[in-house]
Amino acid sequence: MVYFSKRCAMAILLAWGAVAPLSAAEAVADPLSQYREMLGGDNPADLWVSRGEALWTEPRGPRKATLVQCDLGLGAGVVKGAYARLPRYFSETGAVEDLESRLVSCMVQFQGFKREEILASRFGDGERHSSDLEALVAYVVTASKGERMAVPQNTSQEKRAYSMGKAIFFYRAGTHDFSCATCHSADNKRIRLQALPNLTTPTGAQAAYTTWPAYRVSQGEFRTMEWRLNDCFRQQRLPDLKYGSPAAIALTEYLARNANGAVLAAPAIKR
Amino acid sequence: MHSRRHPIRNAILVIVGFVALAGEVGAADLVAPSVQKTLEASFSAKGQATLARLAQDKTQGLCTHYATSPIPAKVVTEITAMGFATIKYPADGEYLGDWQRGEQIAQSGLGKQSSDDVEKPAGGNCYACHELTKAEIAHGNLGPSLYHYGKLHGDNDVVKKYTWGKIYNAEAFTACSSMPRFGHKGILTAAQMKDLMSLLFDPRSPVNQ
Amino acid sequence: MSYPMKIRATLSGDKVEVKALIAHEMETGFRKDTAGTLVPAHYIQLVTIQCNGKSVLSAQWGPSVSKNPFLTFRFSGAKKGEKLNITWQDNLGETRSDEVAIT
Repeated sequence: MVYFSKRCAMAILLAWGAVAPLSAAEAVADPLSQYREMLGGDNPADLWVSRGEALWTEPRGPRKATLVQCDLGLGAGVVKGAYARLPRYFSETGAVEDLESRLVSCMVQFQGFKREEILASRFGDGERHSSDLEALVAYVVTASKGERMAVPQNTSQEKRAYSMGKAIFFYRAGTHDFSCATCHSADNKRIRLQALPNLTTPTGAQAAYTTWPAYRVSQGEFRTMEWRLNDCFRQQRLPDLKYGSPAAIALTEYLARNANGAVLAAPAIKR
Repeated sequence: MHSRRHPIRNAILVIVGFVALAGEVGAADLVAPSVQKTLEASFSAKGQATLARLAQDKTQGLCTHYATSPIPAKVVTEITAMGFATIKYPADGEYLGDWQRGEQIAQSGLGKQSSDDVEKPAGGNCYACHELTKAEIAHGNLGPSLYHYGKLHGDNDVVKKYTWGKIYNAEAFTACSSMPRFGHKGILTAAQMKDLMSLLFDPRSPVNQ
Repeated sequence: MSYPMKIRATLSGDKVEVKALIAHEMETGFRKDTAGTLVPAHYIQLVTIQCNGKSVLSAQWGPSVSKNPFLTFRFSGAKKGEKLNITWQDNLGETRSDEVAIT
């Protein structure tokens, strides 16, 4: 990315500070961990969280309604712990839903927003401005931070979504013959210098899934799981993965279920 | 023609069906129709990435089918033979181009993505998976190191022919390789592949320093 | 349109440690978007921080400061419960203030 160096140049202003400035060599060695250390438990994703919290409780949309009637799986309005138990089957829509498709459903159902309008800006404008949907995701995910992943497999629909997700994970197609497995089925592999998680093992899937969504320092943006999958398929040379589509949810089900038992550490701070 | 089939004829049709399944397997039979249907419903065409890219050719179908189990020897032979049959060697018999252009092609990750401009030449993105030179430390490790490739393999037509084939269609040599089929799938042009060949073989190329 | 800052102001000993995350694009004016068009400059020029109405820091910023800047500093002479206010103003004249109580 052209502006990578600027995005990585973390702005620090030390005034009246007892804090010693970092040496240039140290900062170059691992700028990301230096940045994390400075933030000391804070995360720029928090900027999206406070925005999302307000969006959850404010009456909005054509129906001037809040989202507190929205059932994320643990009952209407229950946000805490919901993300660690998604995707799941919702009888009222008759489908397995991930957090993101569920939020869209609720915004349509309760607030009267148009689905197409929400989806048009699902990842903001693509590079600079983030969407309300992303802010809501940040809020709901953060409310599960520290909880153990416990994605249910109680219904036949959830079981089908899991095996469908697994089949899609290994599906080779496109001009380059790539599947998810091409990059994500062995340990200690890299593309260029970027480490690739092995998503076929519990440890690999746990480490990866529990650190998404994340604040991407190189982009200065909060990125969701649907964004992660969409951009993987773009690099696989496949067409555009539809937001909240059956394939997106099935893959999320496969990855989330494989991460069960691990403590959710998202939103994380990533490269 | 009777409107209803005779029971025995029905039975024969069923048997023929089974024989067809046990024999030659087409790509379409390998992946459950539900998977195909789910994929078709879940993607939309964008830029040059049309929905046609979701459909598998036979090699992709077989490699998906055997992704989590050992590939039977017979299938390995089938895939490599299919791959081999596709390789087109340079019409002029010349394998080499310009290593400096080859280095640029090896560095570029553009090409065939929905976000890429079709007018711009695609890259090979070799560094994403391979070490090639000592100068480029940002290389991946999904594929083996190709540093000193020409120096180690020698300057002869047998090894050049093999290497050309490997770039053209890696499936000819390793069934279900992770390496894209650069020539067969039209990712790179013959001229670009010649430039990559030079990057690997030219004694002046940083690969052989 | 601006979004709330995240501010922490914690008293330890006689010093207040302030940590602030500020939501801002901080466009340099030199970057091109994916279509190749120059993105207009948009960055914070002035940051002023007051504690109980008294200025404790003012800073002039420019386009070299990153997107979503993180600001941290310490000052003395404040008590728990006192209000800390951060205000920024950018080159397009937009401004925003957020306030927290020192804990």
